[in-house]
Amino acid sequence: MTQGPPLVEMRGIHKRFGGVHAIQNMHLTLYPGEVLGLLGHNGAGKSTLMKILAGAYTLDTGEILVSGSPVQILSPRDSKRVGIETIYQTLALADNLSAVANIFFGREIVNAFGMLDEARMERDAISVIRRLNPNFQNFHALVGGLSGGQRQAVAIARTLQFNAKIIIMDEPTAALGPQETRMVGDLIRQLKAEGIGIIMISHDLHDVFDLSDRVTVMKNGRHVWTGHVAETTKDQVLEMIILGKVPDGSYAPGMTSDFG
Amino acid sequence: MLAMLIALAAAAIVFNILSHGLFLSPRNLWNLAVQTSVVGIISTGMVLVIVSRNIDLSVGSLESFLGISGAFLQLQVLHIGAPNTWWAGILFVVVLGGLCGALQGAITAYLGLPSFVVTLAGLMAWRAVAWLVTRGETVTPLDSTYSLFGDGSIGVAWSWVVGAAIVLIVAALALNRRVSRSRVGFGNRQWWLDLAGIALVAAVVFAFVATMNAYTYPRSVVGRGIPVPVLTLIVIVGIMSCLATMTRFGRYIYGYGGNPEAAQLAGVPTKRVVTIAFAIVGVLTGVGAVVTTARLNAAPLSIGQLLELQVIAACVIGGTSLTGGSGSIFGAIVGATLIQSLLNGLVLLGVDSATQQIVEALVLLAAVWFDIIYQRRGA
Repeated sequence: MTQGPPLVEMRGIHKRFGGVHAIQNMHLTLYPGEVLGLLGHNGAGKSTLMKILAGAYTLDTGEILVSGSPVQILSPRDSKRVGIETIYQTLALADNLSAVANIFFGREIVNAFGMLDEARMERDAISVIRRLNPNFQNFHALVGGLSGGQRQAVAIARTLQFNAKIIIMDEPTAALGPQETRMVGDLIRQLKAEGIGIIMISHDLHDVFDLSDRVTVMKNGRHVWTGHVAETTKDQVLEMIILGKVPDGSYAPGMTSDFG
Repeated sequence: MLAMLIALAAAAIVFNILSHGLFLSPRNLWNLAVQTSVVGIISTGMVLVIVSRNIDLSVGSLESFLGISGAFLQLQVLHIGAPNTWWAGILFVVVLGGLCGALQGAITAYLGLPSFVVTLAGLMAWRAVAWLVTRGETVTPLDSTYSLFGDGSIGVAWSWVVGAAIVLIVAALALNRRVSRSRVGFGNRQWWLDLAGIALVAAVVFAFVATMNAYTYPRSVVGRGIPVPVLTLIVIVGIMSCLATMTRFGRYIYGYGGNPEAAQLAGVPTKRVVTIAFAIVGVLTGVGAVVTTARLNAAPLSIGQLLELQVIAACVIGGTSLTGGSGSIFGAIVGATLIQSLLNGLVLLGVDSATQQIVEALVLLAAVWFDIIYQRRGA
């Protein structure tokens, strides 16, 4: 699974918010066709790191490479331009727009006169959303009125519509029922098979072990451990998350200071 | 929206009975249309500002500044009666309005000040700047061609042409929708539904044109036709509706109003979009200033008093939510027409101006109350 050049490489990432060192010397690698589980406590820096990759935050120092070449990500637009799509935990949908309008939000199809081409957007939206949920009907209903699973489908459809190479999923199943969670799991496997790389932030160790190829654990904004799920156990991962203690029994750099 | 149309019809009938048929006479409806035009013109832009979770309190004061500046330019720089004076005067006022609006929008969007505060400062400052331009003197008279934009009308024949053009545009849009849906392999709704819609629009438009044409010049049988300020309003409603519903900019305004963070994460240039919305209100305030000063054939300091509140009330009565994300330009026009109908009706009944202001205040309260009802229904 880990052959070829990495799809994404983040090296020596630092990010400060005022006096708080949110991310320190963090690194992360994602290969084509793999799911990387990104784990850590609340406040460990997972979401911040992913927002840097998504262009919602800009890094202070460090380097991001996509398919081997260095890229500058200063805005969400930059991130999308290099093939990175993000599904936020909040889904980041405009509740007062329709499913079709949300899928194309920020990247609308326009005709020769610069006017929105509603018919084409509707056709494309239907085909992509039916891939996720064959029963989806409410293309013109406002997204605010849809169920959790349908909203999730709209958020995912938005990433598929634009042929992402890399998808970041922040807690993709947190708001979903069992059936919808299974649907998202199937989708992740399907995307993997298409060679898309997925970074999945999750609190649910069961989900992570079920869906991920490798995991990266963070604590206090630092890297703790990265490895294949087969090389570790849920208990070990919990120790890494809580104590920063890696499988060989030692502590990751910067972790022991917590204990005096 | 339907409730507002019914309220409008009810107000018209009550006023018509109380005024013994004066309210619905062609002459009064012609005047009512002219009176509605300024509030209507500015409200089409105010809708977008409110949809983007902002407010613009400066329009009344800004109208005074723009009106006086334009009049000052006509008298001191251009020359009254010179062939270029009328259009150069208008262009100046409209561009200056756009710049003032863009300034307030940029302070709001880029510096992050609440628009309420920024435009409250505008409300306090612009009229004072206007005072400095002429030391408070009323500028008059203005160019006679320019004055046509306030009190001119386009005559019977052209009014029918405008009416026919509106119906043709509506029909073309319906046809375009059918063609573009067929092109991607979608079905269309029954053709007679589209046809019935067009027929309804045609009936309303031609009734309106016939009414405007029925108001004749004194001691003659020559009809006036559509007043120029109302024609201006019609053109602006067309442009603004297109902008709001058929362009990326409109989509961004509504999406931003629905979820600002989502818009930012989707890569929408949110600061630019908000700045443009304020610039549009500035441009439209400039158009309003042209209509007002042209109609008065003068630019006194006092124009535009409480105009901002009439405009905001028109938007809210027309279904625009003050919390952002929803509202329509058509609704704002209905709202503007309702407010002006009440004021016009009270004048016909001989109610004094103090009472009119109280009614205006009550209308504003009712407007915000409607907003709360809309929200509850939405929740």
